[in-house]
Amino acid sequence: MIALAGVYLAQLRVHLASQLQYRAALLLYQLSAVVEPVVSLAVWSAVASARGGEVRGYAARDFAAYFVVVMVVNHLTRTWTMNEFDSRIAEGTLSLSLLLPAHPIHNDVSDNLASKLITAPVVWALAGVLSVGFGAVFDLSARRVALFALAALLAFVLRFALEWMVALLAFWTTRSSAFNGLYLTALLFLSGQFAPLGVVPVPLREVADLLPFRWMISFPADVLLGRGGVSWALRGLGAQCLWLAVVVMLLAVVWRLGLRRYTAVGS
Amino acid sequence: MDATAITTRGLSRSFRFTVREPGLGAALRSLLRPTTHEVRAVEAVSFEIGAGEIMGLLGQNGAGKTTLVKMLAGLLHPSSGEVRALGHVPWRREKGFLRRIALVMGQRYRLDWHLPAAESFEMYRAIYRVPRQECRRTLSDLCDLLDLGEVVLKPVRMLSLGERMKCELATALLHTPDLLFLDEPTIGLDVEMQARIRGFLLEYNRRRGATVILTSHYMADVEALCERVLLLDRGRVLYDGDLGALSRRLGTHKTVRVEVAGPAPELGRYGEVVERTATGARLRVPRESVPEVTARLLSEHIVSDLTVEDVPLEEVVRLAFASGVSA
Repeated sequence: MIALAGVYLAQLRVHLASQLQYRAALLLYQLSAVVEPVVSLAVWSAVASARGGEVRGYAARDFAAYFVVVMVVNHLTRTWTMNEFDSRIAEGTLSLSLLLPAHPIHNDVSDNLASKLITAPVVWALAGVLSVGFGAVFDLSARRVALFALAALLAFVLRFALEWMVALLAFWTTRSSAFNGLYLTALLFLSGQFAPLGVVPVPLREVADLLPFRWMISFPADVLLGRGGVSWALRGLGAQCLWLAVVVMLLAVVWRLGLRRYTAVGS
Repeated sequence: MDATAITTRGLSRSFRFTVREPGLGAALRSLLRPTTHEVRAVEAVSFEIGAGEIMGLLGQNGAGKTTLVKMLAGLLHPSSGEVRALGHVPWRREKGFLRRIALVMGQRYRLDWHLPAAESFEMYRAIYRVPRQECRRTLSDLCDLLDLGEVVLKPVRMLSLGERMKCELATALLHTPDLLFLDEPTIGLDVEMQARIRGFLLEYNRRRGATVILTSHYMADVEALCERVLLLDRGRVLYDGDLGALSRRLGTHKTVRVEVAGPAPELGRYGEVVERTATGARLRVPRESVPEVTARLLSEHIVSDLTVEDVPLEEVVRLAFASGVSA
C-alpha cells in the first residue's frame, strides 16, 4: 500500500509537470466545458419563464444552481481514457505499459487527478461567475457539503471504473469511437447532465433509475442542492457503493478477457 | 542465479486473420462469410539461453522475430509449446518477473515528450521499487556509460534521436534488469551513435551479467554483440549456434582486394571480379585458393596494396537463408 502510494505520488508529479506544459490547451478544454451547461441553463430558464415561472418545481434560479453544480461535478468526475485506449493499442504503448510492474489504471488515475488539480481553480471560478450571472442561490450547510464531498468522490471512482471499462472495448474493435459515442449519448440524457431528472419524462427517469449514470452526476448535485433529506442522501450513497462493487467486478472480468484477447491476437 | 535464463520447447504461435478480394461485392460477401487464413508466425522453436549470454535473433521481415520476442517477454500467449524465462511463465506477467526484465523497442518511446528524462526516472524508480540510494548509484553509472551528462536535464522533445534513445535505454535499465530484450535498438541512428550504444550494451552485459536478446537489421550490431545467433526463417529455426562457425561454414569464399602500381591489368583469371577500380579490383576467391592466388598476384604484378577479408556477415546471412543451412 505504501509502495503504491509512492507510485501515485511519483506519477502525479510527472503528470503535473507534463500538463503544466499544456496550460493553454487545458484552459480551452475547460472553457468548452462551460458552454454546455450555459446553453442548458439558458434553455431551461426560458422554458421555466414561459411556463409561468417554473417547470415541475424548478424555477429559473434552481436551474441555474443545478447546472452550475452539474458543471462542477462533471469536471470532478470526467475521464478521457476512452479517447486514448485504441491508439495505445495501435501504437504499441499499451505493450510497454503492460511490462511495468504496476497496473496501467494507476497511471490513468494519476493523470486524471493531475489535470483536475490544475484546472479545478478555473472551473470553480467560472462556477462562481455563472452563479452570480444567472442568479443561482445556494443554501449550504457543513453536513450537506460533507455529504456532497463523499457523493462526488464515489461518483468519480464509479465513473472512472465504468469509463475505463468502456475504453477496454478497444480490445475487441478497431472502431471503439462508435461505442464511446453511444455511451456519451446515454450519459448525457440519463445522468441528469442535459436536464434535471426531476423534469424529464417519466419513462426516461425510470430508465435512468435502473442505470448507473445518475449516480455519477445528478446525485452529487442534488445532494449539494438539498433536493432530498439526509436519509435520501445516505440511501443514494449506498446505491453508489452497490454500483461501484458491480462495475469494479465487471471491470476486473473485462480486463482479464481483454488482456487474454490482446495477448492472443497480438498487436 | 539460475544458469539458464530462457528455455523454450516447441514454442509456436499462429495468427488468424480475415482476407478478402477488393471491391464492394467482396466486402459484402466477407461480411456474411468471412474467409480466414492462418499464418504460423513462430513454429516449434526450442532453445535455451544461459544467464549472461547475448543472443542475436536474425531473420527477414516477417520471419517471426518480434512475435518470438513478445512471447519471451510475456506480451503474447503461445499457441502451443512451453516457455520459461527467469523461472517464470512470461505471459502471466508476474510482478517478480516484470521487475527483472526490460524491453526496448527502437522508435517506441515511453519518456514524456515535454519533460526532462531525469523527471521521469523518479517515476520509474517508484514503479520498480528501486531504493533511492541504489537508483542514484545506477543512474550515475548509466549516465557515465552512456555519456548522458546534461542531456537528462533537457526536455525530451529537444533531444536528438540518438540522445533520446540513450535516455530510453537508461530508463529501461534503471532497475538493472537481468533479462533485456532489444528490438532494433539502433534503428535510425547514425553510425557513431550505433557504435556507442553497442559499446554500452556490451559493458552493461559484462558488469551486470545480464542476458540480452537482440534483434537488429544492422549486422554490425550482431557482429559486435552476439557470439550466438538464432536464424529464423518463416517462423522456424534455421540455425542456432556460434556466429563464427556459421561464417566459416558458409563463407566458402574470401574477398581479396588488390591495388597495383599503374593502370589495373585484367585480373579475372585470379578470381571473380566483384568490383573494378582504376588501379585494381575486389576479387571473390575460394577460401582454399587464397594462399596460391595471393602468391601469384604478388609475383606477377607490382602490387601496392593487398588485403584478404572474410565475406561480410550480411552475405553469410543471405547465404544461410538462400541455402537453408541447418544447425
